[in-house]
Amino acid sequence: MQMTGAEIFVECLKREGVEVIFGYPGGAVLPIYDAIFQQSHFKHILVRHEQAALHAANGYARVSGKCGVSLVTSGPGATNAITGLADSNADSIPNVCFTGQVPLPMIGTDAFQEADIVGITRSATKHNFLVKNVEDLALIIRQAFHIATTGRPGSVVVDIPKDLGFAKCDFVWPEEVNMRSYQPKTSGHAGQIKKAVRAMLKAKRPMLYSGGGIMNARGSAALLKTLAHQLNAPVTNTLMGLGGIPFDDKHFVGMLGMHGTYEANMAVSHCDLLVSIGARFDDRVTGRLNAFAPDAKVIHIDVDPTSISKNVDADLPIVGDVGIVLQQILDELSHQGGVPDLEALKLWWQQIDEWRAKDSLGFEQSEEGPIKPQTVIRKVHEITKGNAIVTTDVGQHQMWAAQHYGFKEPHKFLTSGGLGTMGYGLPAAVGAAMAAPNEPIVVFTGDASIQMCIQELATAYQYRQKIVVVLLNNAYMGMVRQWQEMFHESRFSHSYFDSLPDFAKLAEAYGGVGITADTLDELDKALEVAFGSQESFVFIDVAVAKEENVFPMVPAGAALNEMVLA
Amino acid sequence: MRHTITILVENEFGVLTRIAGLFSARGYNIETLNVAPTLDETVSRLTLVTHGDDKIIEQIKKQLNKLIPVIKVEDISHMVHLERGMLMLKVIDAGDLLKAAKAAGAKIIDHESGNYFIAEFTGAPEEVDAFLASVDAEYIIEASRTGPVGMRRGSKGFVV
Repeated sequence: MQMTGAEIFVECLKREGVEVIFGYPGGAVLPIYDAIFQQSHFKHILVRHEQAALHAANGYARVSGKCGVSLVTSGPGATNAITGLADSNADSIPNVCFTGQVPLPMIGTDAFQEADIVGITRSATKHNFLVKNVEDLALIIRQAFHIATTGRPGSVVVDIPKDLGFAKCDFVWPEEVNMRSYQPKTSGHAGQIKKAVRAMLKAKRPMLYSGGGIMNARGSAALLKTLAHQLNAPVTNTLMGLGGIPFDDKHFVGMLGMHGTYEANMAVSHCDLLVSIGARFDDRVTGRLNAFAPDAKVIHIDVDPTSISKNVDADLPIVGDVGIVLQQILDELSHQGGVPDLEALKLWWQQIDEWRAKDSLGFEQSEEGPIKPQTVIRKVHEITKGNAIVTTDVGQHQMWAAQHYGFKEPHKFLTSGGLGTMGYGLPAAVGAAMAAPNEPIVVFTGDASIQMCIQELATAYQYRQKIVVVLLNNAYMGMVRQWQEMFHESRFSHSYFDSLPDFAKLAEAYGGVGITADTLDELDKALEVAFGSQESFVFIDVAVAKEENVFPMVPAGAALNEMVLA
Repeated sequence: MRHTITILVENEFGVLTRIAGLFSARGYNIETLNVAPTLDETVSRLTLVTHGDDKIIEQIKKQLNKLIPVIKVEDISHMVHLERGMLMLKVIDAGDLLKAAKAAGAKIIDHESGNYFIAEFTGAPEEVDAFLASVDAEYIIEASRTGPVGMRRGSKGFVV
């Protein structure tokens, strides 16, 4: 059947099972927007800035388990999207972005709103395509979704010249995608699995360290929990891996790394076997590399071979999908029928409990205030019973949310871990709300971060999303201020604001409910309003202790066991 | 350490930029790079010479493999293999230079007596180095040199 490129676009998205896309129209994508207007297979969510389209698609992908999809125009539309592309790629989130391009005959002429998007986005994506023939469009779209969602997921750009939207050809749907140059490995090598299980049973001080791979391998969190319980091994999560094991499971020792718990970092520093499961030994996790897990044999399970032995040498690499490999390990464990070294584990847990007793996340909240930021996070946990989908921006509030919210399940904590993108939180919540419209969604943000994508309040209002924005307002770029205090002798170079908007009024102007909370009483009342029966978003501007720092902390370049506790 | 890596890629636009971009983005060096389509015109073959310790070379191979259009990567440095590169050298035709070039195994592919000649020399990189060094630099007008192409010895082929 003859179809235009724009119709093929719609048909392909329908066949890929796309339900929601996030976008912003413009000249080069008008033919596609015209086709979208005439269809009812998927919803289009109009954001207010292209960066937000990508973050929203990212948030949607993380919650729904589907591929995120966005559509932006050529030139500035596409360049605005780059931060979101790099963000999704760094965090391994499947995200396909369609960009408009000037008509084929005009490419290379410095035409109006022309940018070399395939060139610009090459290093910010897993892969990208420029469609040069309308006949190729369906296959390229199919390949784009395949590449974005398989192996180590990531972002993929499909750049579509405007004239292809009008061009016609026979529509052929490729039933299968088979690329000889792209064959990601899924199951782990059987011999390596056997060796890994032997090492796990022999270990006297084992440690499981899991990351975002657990989120991408849907269903694998249950396997991780089973493994931890069968081995009676402690588990630590990376920032991306929080919720991989319930926060109240006794095997969970908290997050590790720069702002991880004392017990997690000490356990990593003293373990004799470290099993990395879908994590990539990021510098924020390892601290000084030559002092990282010095006594440990390292087993590294990862779907991406380039992650293995990149930063920390793996003694036993296993390339494969984390979910499949964990199942292989559990099968092998029951096949070998061995038991872990219970005597040794008893001593190991005694040691861990001693470290735990330091209560490294402890803080003091006086009744008369000021409100401690940690208190806010804990109160939100209480009122949402730990069931909210939490998104964050980047900085101190992000670390406090990671440390204090307490996640029961995977896919509940949406944060920009790899790229560290301020402005991620609100649009990610917009996307999450499309995937889970009936769940409580909280954005923890700071007075600096929120201003990077605050325009998305309009999107939240347009679609009547009941997002709760909790702003930990200390009138500083808190994390920058903290580093300046600690490492630059308190020279607070450009890390404070002489003028902040009245956020509550701003929220009202955008159509939502705006509340300012200066005291604990006001905070409690505000949270009751926010999680009551609201018809729109609620924005709570909480005045928190201005100079509170995030602790514990491993200073940059220090080893994990050289934590500063307060 | 010097490594010679052969790569088979999908013969599509932009592949070379992806490979060059990978090297610049991650701070690796490309010493030389040769590329041409193979007998199967959907596939191009590259020979890339780079430097690095074992850890870096391991990452380079993995990162190359991670590029979507890359079909196969092989580091032939540690295998019994052959490398050949070519040099075209434009030289002032004076004294015994032409005779010497011929004696060294160069082919003379252009010659204007008493003015200049162009010698073509093919060989292993060190042979090309040696030939180039043997010609008095004062008389060299210009030199154009390829990086080496490489292949394993033995009956096994490096194909898709």
